[in-house]
Amino acid sequence: MSHFLHVFIQGFPLLIGGLKFTLILASVSIVIGFIIGVFIAIERVYGRKISYGLSTAYVEIIRGTPLLVQLFILYFSLPQIGIHLSPLAAAIISFSLNSGAYQAEYIRGALQAVEKGQMRAALSLGMTKWQAVRMVILPQALRKVLPSWTNEFVYLIKYTSLAYLVGVPELTAQGEFFASRNFEFMNVFLSVALLYLIVIFIITWAFSAVEKRVRVPGI
Amino acid sequence: MHFLSSSIAVLLNGTWVTVELTVTSLFLGTAVAVFVALAEVYGNIWIKIAATAYERIIRSIPILVIMFIIFFGFPIVGIRFDPFVAAIISLGIRSSAYQSQIFRGSILAVSKGQILAAKSLGMNGRQTFLYITLPQALRFSIAPLTNEFTIVLKDTSIAYALGVTELLREGTYIVSTTYEPLLIYSLCAAIYFVITFGTNKFVSSMERRFSIPGYEIRGVERA
Repeated sequence: MSHFLHVFIQGFPLLIGGLKFTLILASVSIVIGFIIGVFIAIERVYGRKISYGLSTAYVEIIRGTPLLVQLFILYFSLPQIGIHLSPLAAAIISFSLNSGAYQAEYIRGALQAVEKGQMRAALSLGMTKWQAVRMVILPQALRKVLPSWTNEFVYLIKYTSLAYLVGVPELTAQGEFFASRNFEFMNVFLSVALLYLIVIFIITWAFSAVEKRVRVPGI
Repeated sequence: MHFLSSSIAVLLNGTWVTVELTVTSLFLGTAVAVFVALAEVYGNIWIKIAATAYERIIRSIPILVIMFIIFFGFPIVGIRFDPFVAAIISLGIRSSAYQSQIFRGSILAVSKGQILAAKSLGMNGRQTFLYITLPQALRFSIAPLTNEFTIVLKDTSIAYALGVTELLREGTYIVSTTYEPLLIYSLCAAIYFVITFGTNKFVSSMERRFSIPGYEIRGVERA
């Protein structure tokens, strides 16, 4: 145990440097993914035939294929058609596209959970459909989506470890780097796991506090 | 384009390994998860705490890190796994944490009234569980288990990092000789897609056929 602590403290500065990348990757991707998710979800619920079809295809294809394969397509295949992405850019784009599809599903569920009468009421007040979605439906739906959003953020933090495989120096990569110098694979990866654990516990706790704050009683 | 046919043969080999990985780790996961779920629902306070801690901790660690602990960490304490076995153990352990949640949820979804009714008919705890709770809980867990199957299937691609020659690794081998990453990786994606999409469609049609009206639980889950 004291030996583990020794390794943990020794590797701490390096691992924290990696953790910074992990958090950047996850938070940038969840924000871009959110924007994608909102639009896709609105198209899936209120869109006409073509945009419904396209957005559904997007969601199904992204959710039906592994994130790692999506990352490899972006990072290793795009140079073939002349687009060179840095590892960080490739990771952020693929995580955002991926998370966008999942968030779209959460938001779609929330949009559909808002009572039908509200849309009719908004339309009868003379709002356009877009206004009704933006000012009446979305504010309620986004509150409902918060718990799944926490989940999604936790998933993203864990899956950012895949960025290691294209060379982003995030937490897992730094762990591997550190371990390959001192051969303390067990202790180093346990330290890495511990850091993920701490971060995820903090985030889960913080989000549930936010949930309590923005809750509208009775909805 | 003649390399295409030979590539597909190689990719199908990889697909077979991917399916093997998925099925074996799912079974390992189920075996562990049943005990964790039972411990969480019926255990005394200490057993509950231990099971919950196991499930929370495992669910907070990325699968890649679990794989590295098992594959690179354990040789240091004298236990050496080959990449395939290490991948199965890692995916299995991780899946057990998620599956335990599925089973726990399904057990708790059986209404309290039925348990009381069973008790009042003179059934003991074991009988109540076997004849009342279990048959319904199993039905509840079909949809989330399908979800879990697709999650594990997709995450077997991460075994790539340990050098298991599954679909993505075979794809990468082909890419390194043909320099056709876009085509080959898209083919890999298509194979994954066909399996996950097909399974989902098949199971949901089965579900519709065997569903008891008014008796389904559904939610959006990350698959």
